[in-house]
Amino acid sequence: MYAQMVKTGVEHVRSKDEMSPEEQAFQERVDADIKIEPKEWMPEAYRKTLIRQISQHAHSEIIGMQPEGNWITRAPTLERKAILLAKVQDEAGHGLYLYCAAETLGVSRDELMEQLNSGKAKYSSIFNYPTLTWADIGAIGWLVDGAAIMNQVPLQRCSYGPYSRAMIRICKEESFHQRQGYDAMTKLARGTPEQKQMAQDALNRWWWPSLMMFGPSDADSVHSAQSMRWKIKINSNDELRQKFVDQTVPQAEYLGLTVPDPDLKWNAERGHYDFGEIDWDEFYQVIAGNGPCNRQRLRTRVKAYEEGQWVRDAADAYAAKKAARSKAKAA
Amino acid sequence: MNGQDALFEYLLRLGDNALILGHRLSEWCGHSPVLEEDLALSNVALDLIGQTQLWLNLAGEVEGKGRDADKLAYLRDARDFRNVLLVEQPNGDFAVTMARQFYFDAWHYLLLRELTGSKDARIAEIAAKSLKEVTYHLERSRDWVLRLGDGTEESHRRMQAAIDDLWMYTGELFESDDIDRAMVQEGLGPDLVTLHEPWLGLVRATAEEATLSLPQPGWAQKGGRRGIHSEHLGYILADLQFLQRAYPNATW
Repeated sequence: MYAQMVKTGVEHVRSKDEMSPEEQAFQERVDADIKIEPKEWMPEAYRKTLIRQISQHAHSEIIGMQPEGNWITRAPTLERKAILLAKVQDEAGHGLYLYCAAETLGVSRDELMEQLNSGKAKYSSIFNYPTLTWADIGAIGWLVDGAAIMNQVPLQRCSYGPYSRAMIRICKEESFHQRQGYDAMTKLARGTPEQKQMAQDALNRWWWPSLMMFGPSDADSVHSAQSMRWKIKINSNDELRQKFVDQTVPQAEYLGLTVPDPDLKWNAERGHYDFGEIDWDEFYQVIAGNGPCNRQRLRTRVKAYEEGQWVRDAADAYAAKKAARSKAKAA
Repeated sequence: MNGQDALFEYLLRLGDNALILGHRLSEWCGHSPVLEEDLALSNVALDLIGQTQLWLNLAGEVEGKGRDADKLAYLRDARDFRNVLLVEQPNGDFAVTMARQFYFDAWHYLLLRELTGSKDARIAEIAAKSLKEVTYHLERSRDWVLRLGDGTEESHRRMQAAIDDLWMYTGELFESDDIDRAMVQEGLGPDLVTLHEPWLGLVRATAEEATLSLPQPGWAQKGGRRGIHSEHLGYILADLQFLQRAYPNATW
C-alpha cells in the first residue's frame, strides 16, 4: 500500500494487564470508536507508528508525482494534459495534508523531508517502476489509485482524528483519479490496434507491482495485529488484495484486456478469484532500493529540494524583513 | 489579408502564448522549490491551458476549416506558431521562471483588460474570464519578484540576472503590425503601443520595491509573432506533439 510493512516497535500485542491505567483508558476510547486528537494522551508506540505510517504515505504521494509527471508535457490532448496536471497537483496537495497530519504528532515537515531525502524513510514500492508509454498513465490511475483506494477508504474510520480527516478529503479525489485512469484506458482499449496493444502492455507491466502494493501476507504479523488493535490499520493485506483482484478482473474483461496471470480463475466456492503467486523476491528487492527507478526517484527529489533551498531561504529572509519593517513602522 | 484571416492570426497569438507558457510551467510540476509552489505553478499552468482551449477553439471557428484547439496545438509546426519569444524561453532557475512570468503577466493583464471591451462578444467573454485568473497570476509573480529581489544576497543576484537576461524579449510585446492595426480598426483589440507605458510603470515600481534595477531600453528580439522563433520552440513541440505525430488519427 502507500504505507507498506509499518513497524510498531512492539514484540507482541499488549494485553490489558500490561497496560497502565492511561493506556487502558486510551484503548477503551479506541474500542468505542472515539477519535484520538493531537493534544490527548497516547502511547508512545502509537504516536511513533502513526508518524511512520502517515509519513510513508505522504512520501509516496510526493514521489508518486514523478512517474506521472513524466507524461505531463507529452499528454496527447489539451484536455488530457489538464487532467493529468490537475491529478499530479492533487498528489502534491495530498502530500501536504498528510505532512500536516504528521506534524500534529510532534514532527516537522523538514524533518520528514530530511528522512526521505536521506533514503531513511520508505515510500510505496510501486513508484519505483517506470512510465514508458502514455498507457502507463491510464494504468496508474486505474490500478495504482484503485489499489490505494482499497486501503484508504477504511482508513477514513481510523482512530487518529487528523489522519482520518485527511483520508476523507483524499479519498474523494482518489476516486476521481481512478475514474479518469479507467476512462483513459477505455479510450485506448477501444482505439486503434496500436493503442490497444499499448493498453495491454501497460496492464502486463503494472498488474503484479499493483498487487505487491498491499504488502506481503500479514496474517501472522505482530505489527499488523497491534496496528489493528489501535485501529490505524483496518483490514489485513490479504483481505484488501483479494478485494482489489475481485473488483479489477471484471473491469479488465470489460476493456477486453487480459490479466497477465495464467492461474487466475473464479472460485465459485470461495466467491472470489484465485490468483497466482506474487514474486516476493522482486518486491523485497524493490523495497531494498533495487527497483528500476529507486535511485532516479530519490535523486530527482533531492535535486529539487537542494536547488530550491535558496528560494526557501529568500522567502524566509523577505518575510523577516517585512515583519521587521512593519514593527519599526508601528513603533 | 482579409479581416477573418487577420482575426485568425490574432487569436493564434493569444492562444499560442497561453499554450507555450502553460507548457513551460507544467515542466515544473514535481520539481518546485517547495510543495506549495508545485500547487501554485500548476494552478497557473492549468489556467493557461484552459485559456488556450478557449482562444484556439475560437481561432478554429473563425478559420472555418474544421480545426479545433487540439488540431491547432498538436498539428502545426514551429513556423506556424505565433507566440512571443518570451514565453518559450527555458525555465532556468526559479528566478528566471518568475521574471518571465512577471513580465508576461503584467502585459497579459493590461491586454486582457482592454480586450474585455472588444466589439467581438466572444473575445470580450474569453478576456473577462481570463482576466480574473491573470489578475491572480500577476499578484503572485509580482510577489515573487519582491521576495527574491529583496530576499537574500543570492536570490537578489539571481533575480537581477533573470530580469536582465529576459529584458530583450519584452520589446516584442508592444510591437504593432498590420494584424494589430486591423484589430484596432475593427474595434476588436487595443493598440499594443498604448500598453507600454502602463506596463513600464508597473514593472518599474515593482523593480524599485524589490531593490532591482531595470536595464536600459535596448535592442529587442522579435519574430515569434510572425513565426520566427528561438531554437527552444522545436523541442517544446517535439514533446507536446509526440503522441499525435506518432499515432496519427488516433483519439485519446
